[in-house]
Amino acid sequence: MTTTEKPQEFKVVGTRPIRHDGIDKVLGRAVYGSDVRLAGMIYGAVLRSPYAHAKITKIDTSKAEAMPGVFAVMSGKDMPLVASGALDLGETVDDTAFTSDRVMAHDKVVFKGHPVAAVAAIDQNTGLEALKLIEVEYEVLKPVISLEDAMAPGAVVIHEGLIGDDLGEKVNNTNIAVHNRSEFGDPEAAFAKSATVLERTFIISRAHQGYIEPHASTAFWAPDGKITVWTTTQAPFGVRKTVSALLEQPLSDIKVIPTEIGGGFGGKIPVYLEPVAAVLSKKAGRPVKITMDRRAVFEASGPGPGGTIKVKMGVDDKGKITAATADIRYGAGAYPGASINPATAGIFACYEVPNVRIDSYDVVINMSKTAAYRAPGTPQATFASETLVGELCEIIGMSPMDFHLLNVSREGTRRPDGPVFPRIGNEACLEAIQGSEHFKSTLEPSTESKLRGRGMASGYWNGIGNKSSVTINVNEDGLVSLIEGNPDIGGTRTTIAMQAAEILGLPAEDVHPAVGDTDSIGYSDLTAGSRTTYATGTAAIEAAKMVIDEMKKRVAMIWETEYGNIEHVDGLFVSKVAPDHKFTFKEAAGKLGQTGGPVAMTGTVNVRGSGGGSFGTHLVDVEVDRDTGKVEILRYTAAQDAGKAVHPSYVEGQFQGGAVQGIGWALNEEYYTSDDGVMVNSTFLDYRMPTSLDVPMIETIIVEVANTNHPFGVRGIGETSIVPPAPAVANALANAIGVRLYQTPMNPGRILEALATKKTGK
Amino acid sequence: MTQTPEQSVRKVSVQCTLNGQPTEFLAAPYLSLLEVLRETLGLTGTKEGCNDGNCGACTVNVDGRIVDSCLMLGAEAEGKTIETIEGVAPAGGLHPLQQAFLEEAALQCGICTPGFLVSAKALLEREPDADEPRIRLWLAGNLCRCTGYDKIIRAVEKARDEMK
Amino acid sequence: MHPYQYIPATNITEAVSLLARYGPRARVMAGGTDLLVQLRGERYELDAVVDAKAIPELMALTLAKDGALSIGAAVPCYQVYEDEAIVAAFPGIIDAASLIGGIQVQSRASLGGNLCNATPSADGICPLIVHSGVVTLTGVGGTRTMLVEEFTTGPGRNALAHGEMLVKIDLPKPAAHFGAAYQRFIPRNEMDIAVAGVASAVTLDASGQKIESARIALASVGPTPIFAKKASDFLAGQPATEETYAKAGEVASTEATPISDMRGTIEQRHHLVGVLTRRTLAQAVQRARGNS
Repeated sequence: MTTTEKPQEFKVVGTRPIRHDGIDKVLGRAVYGSDVRLAGMIYGAVLRSPYAHAKITKIDTSKAEAMPGVFAVMSGKDMPLVASGALDLGETVDDTAFTSDRVMAHDKVVFKGHPVAAVAAIDQNTGLEALKLIEVEYEVLKPVISLEDAMAPGAVVIHEGLIGDDLGEKVNNTNIAVHNRSEFGDPEAAFAKSATVLERTFIISRAHQGYIEPHASTAFWAPDGKITVWTTTQAPFGVRKTVSALLEQPLSDIKVIPTEIGGGFGGKIPVYLEPVAAVLSKKAGRPVKITMDRRAVFEASGPGPGGTIKVKMGVDDKGKITAATADIRYGAGAYPGASINPATAGIFACYEVPNVRIDSYDVVINMSKTAAYRAPGTPQATFASETLVGELCEIIGMSPMDFHLLNVSREGTRRPDGPVFPRIGNEACLEAIQGSEHFKSTLEPSTESKLRGRGMASGYWNGIGNKSSVTINVNEDGLVSLIEGNPDIGGTRTTIAMQAAEILGLPAEDVHPAVGDTDSIGYSDLTAGSRTTYATGTAAIEAAKMVIDEMKKRVAMIWETEYGNIEHVDGLFVSKVAPDHKFTFKEAAGKLGQTGGPVAMTGTVNVRGSGGGSFGTHLVDVEVDRDTGKVEILRYTAAQDAGKAVHPSYVEGQFQGGAVQGIGWALNEEYYTSDDGVMVNSTFLDYRMPTSLDVPMIETIIVEVANTNHPFGVRGIGETSIVPPAPAVANALANAIGVRLYQTPMNPGRILEALATKKTGK
Repeated sequence: MTQTPEQSVRKVSVQCTLNGQPTEFLAAPYLSLLEVLRETLGLTGTKEGCNDGNCGACTVNVDGRIVDSCLMLGAEAEGKTIETIEGVAPAGGLHPLQQAFLEEAALQCGICTPGFLVSAKALLEREPDADEPRIRLWLAGNLCRCTGYDKIIRAVEKARDEMK
Repeated sequence: MHPYQYIPATNITEAVSLLARYGPRARVMAGGTDLLVQLRGERYELDAVVDAKAIPELMALTLAKDGALSIGAAVPCYQVYEDEAIVAAFPGIIDAASLIGGIQVQSRASLGGNLCNATPSADGICPLIVHSGVVTLTGVGGTRTMLVEEFTTGPGRNALAHGEMLVKIDLPKPAAHFGAAYQRFIPRNEMDIAVAGVASAVTLDASGQKIESARIALASVGPTPIFAKKASDFLAGQPATEETYAKAGEVASTEATPISDMRGTIEQRHHLVGVLTRRTLAQAVQRARGNS
């Protein structure tokens, strides 16, 4: 572990307790989305469009309605026609009308798998059989699948009502929802004076988060108008807001109970099934559960966008960056909202770039609307910038490590899109890798049949702060229960509880955390943006401080002294005036009844920003089978700045998991899409995520450069780890095979082609 | 159509041993063992990730062999001895694998965990000395998207060593 | 999914009479690892699934005293690769049985099912072809046999007539100095469908330096698994050298008729046939040399 300054002293933070919810999860008792079982519950099924782009000319549900075992049938006409408006979901802002249309098509389908109707039936198979009885007539339209087609003059326009924003100008009849530009200095003049300028165009595949748990939602719309939703989501309050907006029901009539969540990575922020289950429930008078099948998850939920990224970088004769430009184009899917802004923030964030221009385009195409996917938009952009840097280093004969260190962004550096960095760990991560045994090791040389190479790349994710609430209840036995509003995807109950425990002077095990529903905890933004341990942890610290403060008042009452005479030191309440007076937290808690009753405190925060985000540097060794193009990952090391690792095991786990997801994206994962917009490989079999046999152990180095924006120095760390892998692998592959690839997935077929090109000298 | 599918094909009665208990159930013949476990018997610890045998989240042990319960009919359980995640722990305790998964932080979201545990238990029962490559091969039918597998492999190794 | 009956048959007569009665509305299930997925995906509808796993002949796995191997059509893969005598005598078959699906799938999936499912990419079929496997089919009208390579007739299609079922696959005793191997190419290391696969079998002369005869079969590079006759014929009489294997690979590559799809391109597949032919021949020869 690299520590760059004198750390605070901690008793709980930095230890590795067993997670509180672990026991339920290893016993199979934890209740995930589709594990919800309610009295009288029936099962929903969704009819999805076979076409990527078509007008719906007729929907006849009468035969399905007449089928025995069917309780309710719905289609777009059963959803209110809501007006266009901003739907602020904490990290992203969607449009209400578009969201309604995405959840259930009204008069037009705009992606394959677009819901057009749904049924609720006595059991799953009856529901699926009933779908076959729904008659839908379509007028098939030309699908717009490629970015080129979507952006071409005279392109088929997917949404007639879409008003594009081209650098602030309104544009009608377009598929380009947004064109942004971020500019500083004079890149053209700087390029002209540069010793070396390199420009390349990269293509990155649309990729799915690949969470193992499919979306599943259950809803009960009671006769009194109250709607209860049980759902697997990263954003229970976002679900509440969306269901309220789409169904035009009062926000407070909706209670969202987040179940355990079987992975999300951003993909479980949007609402898909909840309003449909609610409408079916209202019609049927019963709770309705809908579970997506895996094909629907691939076809109709929101993966990360694919795109085309052109990057240009100039350096002087010392290798110092003079200027950089980028043109980032992402396919948002059927509605606007590709993650172009974080792409702009991240693409050159690892460097000090004096002259910069970044254009970005959010382009609508006839595929499912993309969603956040771990460091949204940034792995794609960084694949381009860091692979370009790898090639630039080859050209100028400089080691990538030296290049990074020479140009490193640090405190005070202006991020290319504007903000100035506070204290960050970019340089510390580079130094950590530089000092690693892996970096110092010698790569086994290539042989005739096995080509070996090493590559590195850095990456950045800013993350967010935002709003969170945490309630702590002191029990009479001296233990505390803690309620927070962020679904726990990877151990955050524990990392939040540990921060409270640190303040309370209790062991982590004595804080019992639970994820509350939207009626039982104050507003909390989503589990996303690497914010949960960071921002909700801050709320937990706030709540714990309030508890200690109140406990001091109670102790003062018992000892019949002034509040100001009570101190909380090393977990003990002590009296400044009577040194023999000492209470442990437990002893004090046992006496609350005599002092005015229960102590329950809620900390609420609205944390501004992330404190500079988290940088990471990855190093990878690959081996390529010259005959087949197959790639083995021989060794992998990930270093990343955690600020302060609350639970180092779960920090390592985030590094490792992100690295392997990134390796999958780099090597094999893609949406293999037909010309008519059908994802052909919509199974785990053919989507080809890494298995346990495809990766080595992932070595980790936790770098700790304290975040000045968090009481303990904690940084959000969940997302950065997916940013460096693809360019690190690309650079390693180039090092191994002597030819560069500019497109993901860098699969065996493409590597063979590259090797053949090299052989023929083309 | 005048009948629901459930009515047009009569349910079948099945007797088996489930997590050590003699168990009898009635189920439509076309339901998978996974559906029967989850819907008919309420054992939701066995998870559905793909429903086509490519993720292993629904792994259960049938007569000593691990199978994807989505790729077996419930009706086929007749006479079989089946163990699900709910049967892995001894009464009042944890199996060493479960303990190791907790200690090694081998789960993040936890949805794949039951499948991994059932698979790994079968491996260690058959091959108490399984090494890392063998563990990786045996678990290749279980997808995990959160951990990158590192801590899962370490947990299985730890349990292996403790079970000796 | 259209609801269907589950009917466990206990003998062949019962099973074929069910198949005759239901016609195309019934199919035999062995491991079900393809069948259940296809039914769920609504690739076809059935009224009945006839479970073959209670039929003794279909579950019989016999390595006869004379060295011939008989594999009942529903014998799961693991039984094949966990039988040490079979592992020693038929490593080419083991190569395939141990890489179909993951461990879970191997608990149920059978080589017979792999054969009946008849996908071009089936890992189990090519090794059976190079082992000169013979299938036994029984229907209401009686029993017939045919070579494995004649059994698959197109993607997902086989030679079974209405009311007929696959009972077993017979593999003759490998000759002295016989060796076989199967390898496939997949981008991952497990749980994947072959982009291309090649099974090679050789019989060497007593010196172990010359190939007396060979059989090559190709997976995932045509509408069915392909018996590569030209490459097989070419190898007869050739020295067992890398040059020979490479040439055989070139010949085999001309016998492939692949398509481009999400799993690979035509060019890639032609190329891989060459590579895998070379590699499997080398492995088969090595095994043959150890088999005296």
